[in-house]
Amino acid sequence: MPNVLVFCEFTGDQLKNGSLELLTLAKNSGNPVTALLIGDDCSLAAKKAAHYGAHKVIVSSDDSLKNYNSEVFSDLVSRAIIEASSNIVLASSTTLAKDLFPRVAARLNAGLASDCVSIDLQDEKLTVKKPLYSDKCTAEVTFQNSEQKIVLMRANQLPIGEPDSTASAETSSLAVESTNLSTIIKDIVKGTSETLDLTEANIIVAGGRGLRDKEGYKILEPLAKTLGATLGASRAIVDAEWVPHSYQVGQTGKTVAPSLYIACGISGAIQHLAGMTGSKVIVAINKDPEAPIFKKATYGIVGDVFEVVPKLTEEFKNLL
Amino acid sequence: MNIFVCIKPVPDTESKINISEDGSSIRDNDIKWIMNPYDELAVEEALQLKTSQGGQVKVLSLGPKKRSTDVLRTALAMGADEGILINAPDNLDAFATAKALSKAIKLEGEYDQIFTGKMAIDNNNSSVTQMLAEFLNIPHAVPISKFQYDNASVTVERETEGGTKEIIQLNGANVIGANKGLNKPRYASLPGIMKAKKKPLKELELEALEHSPEDIKIIFKGLQLPPPKPPIKMIDGDAAEQANKLALLLREEAKVI
Repeated sequence: MPNVLVFCEFTGDQLKNGSLELLTLAKNSGNPVTALLIGDDCSLAAKKAAHYGAHKVIVSSDDSLKNYNSEVFSDLVSRAIIEASSNIVLASSTTLAKDLFPRVAARLNAGLASDCVSIDLQDEKLTVKKPLYSDKCTAEVTFQNSEQKIVLMRANQLPIGEPDSTASAETSSLAVESTNLSTIIKDIVKGTSETLDLTEANIIVAGGRGLRDKEGYKILEPLAKTLGATLGASRAIVDAEWVPHSYQVGQTGKTVAPSLYIACGISGAIQHLAGMTGSKVIVAINKDPEAPIFKKATYGIVGDVFEVVPKLTEEFKNLL
Repeated sequence: MNIFVCIKPVPDTESKINISEDGSSIRDNDIKWIMNPYDELAVEEALQLKTSQGGQVKVLSLGPKKRSTDVLRTALAMGADEGILINAPDNLDAFATAKALSKAIKLEGEYDQIFTGKMAIDNNNSSVTQMLAEFLNIPHAVPISKFQYDNASVTVERETEGGTKEIIQLNGANVIGANKGLNKPRYASLPGIMKAKKKPLKELELEALEHSPEDIKIIFKGLQLPPPKPPIKMIDGDAAEQANKLALLLREEAKVI
């Protein structure tokens, strides 16, 4: 029977949705589940991990772990995987995990399937799929020559189970051993955004050239706020400096897979489509009925974004 | 100084993808291959570093011969000094790729700075940068939008979640994954293209790099095109009606809000 290790990311007592999805999957697979948490204070989040299905929890709590450092984290994670004799390692495909796990895989001589969109784990059988060529096709990923199988899953692909607040887990701790670091974090400049990162967002409201200018883009803010959505953008308006690069969806920006993607005034250049076709439901609002975005959309509105978006914001305010 | 850049040919985003009969790869003859866009940023940064610090820029590419040679010639035309082609099958996994690249770099002797793109747009892995650094036992940083070299160390800006930026110092040789914003890659000039034809381009086989079949950890099979999308539902009426209908459809039919 494989031992499953779920690498959990959290803020305070809140585990990220992607981590909860994977804890749920691991629990339902019928295999023993270990959660791994690394941070300055993991105690509250570790309890949550137990509620969502972890039988064992490994925590590494240290003031020095408040911020991610690839050298320190890759050492801790590699040691945790060995210590827990894990054969299957699951993590949400976040900025942090994407940086961390290739190093871990290289160190452990293990296979890594990154940016996966589907996973099935029943007892010992693991089936994983990932998109290739800008989501133009998907492939089944097969592991070989690898004692551990590491899978990074895109967020919002799996259901989250009900927590059991009576469940507890056996907890062990892991100490920082890295010294003489070659990687030194000198400063961290916080982004202005208080919403989820685009790669983790469940709802995205994105804008393009159709919004006319930087001022025009602002009509998306109340809509996003009402929906609890993260704002996104096409390359054209990032290049025009209406919004920072961190907003960009598509090739040379971020690949996203939310449940709902609302494209406002985005024509749908192929480079943009490459980054968002994984979205479950796509709404396109554009005044040009021939815009390519309509070919990918679930629902389409041909109309003026400056008229439709405020009305839509009102509708959601009444509904939610 | 000895500067290395790893680059990869990828299908042009506009290319239509057709799947081979055995479902393990895509059909090559339908594809226009280009240098991975992030790798262009890596080449440009290497050339700028050479201008400020002196030394030479060697470019490596691993993959099927024709398409890898083409991107190496492009990098040479941009101004790189030497090309190293590692003949390999299509879709060799990140582990085996990074391992072979690390061996090829070590064979060249000293290395001071290595650049890659932050990811390749064909399989979106963002793995080779970090694995290469691990195999060379040196630090890495990715995705990087600012790079500054100061002799024994480099200082870089790394974009993380929600637009947050980290300023990181890396001591000694390191691997950088270039992100958009790092620079504006130059075009290969006509004289550059002519010169590139005479620049050295060495060819290596995987076996010469101690590659073993055991190094391949991941294989792709059963490639599939996405199922056809159900036809779009167009919502008519004036703006107020459209907004009202859409909100209801999202709640009751799509159940996403």
